[in-house]
Amino acid sequence: MQLLNKRPESLVDMKMHYCPGCSHGIVHRLIAEVMDELDIRNRTIGIAPVGCSVFADKYFNCDMIQGPHGRGPAIATGLKRTTPGAIVFSYQGDGDLSSIGMAEIVHTAIRSENITVIFINNAIYGMTGGQMAPTTLIGQKATTCVYGRDPKLTGNPIKMCELLATIKGAKYLERTSVHTAPNVIKTKNAIKKAFKNQIDNVGFSMVEILSTCPTNWKIDPVKSLKYVNDNMIKVFPLGVYKDSKGGE
Amino acid sequence: MPEIKVDDSKCKGCYICIEACPKKCIEISKEFSKSGYYPVKYTGADCIACQQCSRICPDLAIDVYK
Ligand code: SF4
Ligand code: SF4
Repeated sequence: MQLLNKRPESLVDMKMHYCPGCSHGIVHRLIAEVMDELDIRNRTIGIAPVGCSVFADKYFNCDMIQGPHGRGPAIATGLKRTTPGAIVFSYQGDGDLSSIGMAEIVHTAIRSENITVIFINNAIYGMTGGQMAPTTLIGQKATTCVYGRDPKLTGNPIKMCELLATIKGAKYLERTSVHTAPNVIKTKNAIKKAFKNQIDNVGFSMVEILSTCPTNWKIDPVKSLKYVNDNMIKVFPLGVYKDSKGGE
Repeated sequence: MPEIKVDDSKCKGCYICIEACPKKCIEISKEFSKSGYYPVKYTGADCIACQQCSRICPDLAIDVYK
């Protein structure tokens, strides 16, 4: 009997702290598999954000830095410019990337820093207790909008891929999801491309991954997958928003 | 014959693998695990080693054999 799905070497063999059904673990595995397949583990430096994935540095079996809230792309800029041989990725959630870190992500894309950003969009603040995020859907309940998000009060959900696609320096932008196994495979291909781009000096690459947060959504993990399918994808359509090699 | 093995110490009982399995050959165990969950287990038949369960498992708790 042959084991078909060996645990990637780029992931430490330990139990992760995430809640049952949370998408972080799925994406961690994909990043680790890509590191293994591209054989870049020994020169990869990851940046863990503030948020539920603040402890990601314990799980990835490569060099890691834990950055201040939202500043991952700024740290990645410094790292990549001073250590061009390193493969640098910033792992960020929606509270981190699209709220407090909005300036960093936008300007890093404008400068087209040759880094890889993995953006976990689960439409809520997880670690701090389920507050409304810039990505929270209209009508979606959170602890700071108990009757559901009202656009008259807090505007509409921010669509990061669409927003960054207006920036010339953003070279590769794709939005994927991990709510079914085939979508997990598509997400892996996108992550691989975002890392390969960095190896080929293409410039700023980001993959936005629609993810679940069953704990703060207050629905079970199976219903959470359905929520992504029925509600999130309508607001955040999947697909490639930018794919320009070199020149343009 | 293909089969899966579930690591009880890693499984958190989220049951999204049950949802993902096209052959419906994963079920909830009646035994409580040390980490305080009812983990999943292989029903014992019909696995086709498609790895859909292990792809979606956030906790890398499923090993698929062929
Ligand atoms: S997906 Fe993984 S953690 Fe969830 S029930 Fe299945 S084996 Fe357990
Ligand atoms: S490998 Fe495929 S058939 Fe076998 S248990 Fe997993 S999902 Fe079901």
